[in-house]
Amino acid sequence: MSGFGNAFSSSIGKKFIMGATGIFLILFLIVHCGINALIFLNDGGLTFNIGAHFMATNWIIRAGEVVLMIGLLAHIFQALRLTLQNNKARPVKYAVNDGKANSKWYSRSMGLLGTLLLIFLIVHLSNFWVVSRFTGIPTVDANGHEDLYAVMKATFQNPLIVGLYVLSMISLCYHLLHGFASAFQTMGWNHSKYNGIIKGAGIWYSIIISILFAAMPIAFHFGFIQ
Amino acid sequence: MSTGNMNLTLKVWRQKNNKTAGALVDYKLAEISPDMSFLEMFDVLNEQLINKGEEPVVFDHDCREGICGMCSMFINGRPHGPKDLVTTCQLHMRSFKDGDTIVVEPWRAAAFPVVKDLTVDRSAFDRVIAAGGFISVNTGNAQDANSLPIPKMQADAAFEAAACIGCGACVATCKNASAMLFVSAKISQLALLPQGQPERYRRVQSMVAQMDAEGFGNCTNTGACEAECPKGISLENIARMNRDFASAKFASEETV
Repeated sequence: MSGFGNAFSSSIGKKFIMGATGIFLILFLIVHCGINALIFLNDGGLTFNIGAHFMATNWIIRAGEVVLMIGLLAHIFQALRLTLQNNKARPVKYAVNDGKANSKWYSRSMGLLGTLLLIFLIVHLSNFWVVSRFTGIPTVDANGHEDLYAVMKATFQNPLIVGLYVLSMISLCYHLLHGFASAFQTMGWNHSKYNGIIKGAGIWYSIIISILFAAMPIAFHFGFIQ
Repeated sequence: MSTGNMNLTLKVWRQKNNKTAGALVDYKLAEISPDMSFLEMFDVLNEQLINKGEEPVVFDHDCREGICGMCSMFINGRPHGPKDLVTTCQLHMRSFKDGDTIVVEPWRAAAFPVVKDLTVDRSAFDRVIAAGGFISVNTGNAQDANSLPIPKMQADAAFEAAACIGCGACVATCKNASAMLFVSAKISQLALLPQGQPERYRRVQSMVAQMDAEGFGNCTNTGACEAECPKGISLENIARMNRDFASAKFASEETV
């Protein structure tokens, strides 16, 4: 690796890792949200369970799952490392610091928003990922597929879980509002011809993804889908 | 000194040296003219302190016309105070109201240790420049300017980057005390011009390495530096530096 020198240990290299894993996670959310949105067909989960079955059995997807975990952990550990370094870079804090005069609160709070998302992820993975991968989905649907839809329906009867999911999707929205455009800036993609598109796409992406995800527990809990 | 009608309470950071802890100290000022600059208001304060036999407040200043980059006060939570695109010396007391309390602190960063009171040691910036912020040319007569065609937009972009006065407001306001805006401006002003090309990819690697060695924080793209820069240096420079850094590390034969 001597040819690449300190490419990834330098401050810019660390940013590249944050940005690249961030974009990877953004792409993952599109797939995750797209397949989950099949529940809104309101067909008792038959179509959704086909998608879930494919995701659980296709070997390319399963290999991708490993890459996803590595990407997620890299994003988290790199963020922790950067945050610790950044705290050290200012040992004495300001008595008065008017951050709102020059930047967005969510841009300055990515660590806090990310920590909230990490807490959510632990609950979320134990709700569904652990069940479908390890403990097993108890029932099958009319097509004979594992009935993940029924697991979702049962989980979202708990109002505390629904509340946590909806609040977490608000955190996700603000995390993405900064992260989407920030990843492009980090990769050096700052150009007058594209900046408007990147900014606009980031805002629409963040809002649409968060609303769709938040609508899922709400729809189950209040019986909008059966 | 002309007298005016403003009465102010100042909370000024007093710190003997880098070894001791500092604290905010309250000072009352009367009859301040709204037409004074912020530094002239400090001159009035210091005259009062000297007359009382106390130590005057130490602060950096030089040209007092907004081009040297020496003045460096963090005023009410913002570098160079509440107005955009001005340095502290060009900030006037009319930007404040009679009866205001004004908190004045030094730039705060591990890489900018406090020398005394409001003066910090910014020689970390000098070492970043010395690491690569130059071009190597043969001495002799300057060649005819027209022999090196440079597109107008390119020249303008280089000039805008070169407007950086190295005051350190970007580091001061960044939540991470990152120096990316300063370093990227000093890299861009050369990377955009033909004279800067021979050392372009060595320069970006050396200067970024020195920036890291000085203990500045990492950029998280909050954009605070661009918003507070008295010279309006753009975040485009940081993106350009990131591109050049990637090119240097992954596509150039010369890895520093």
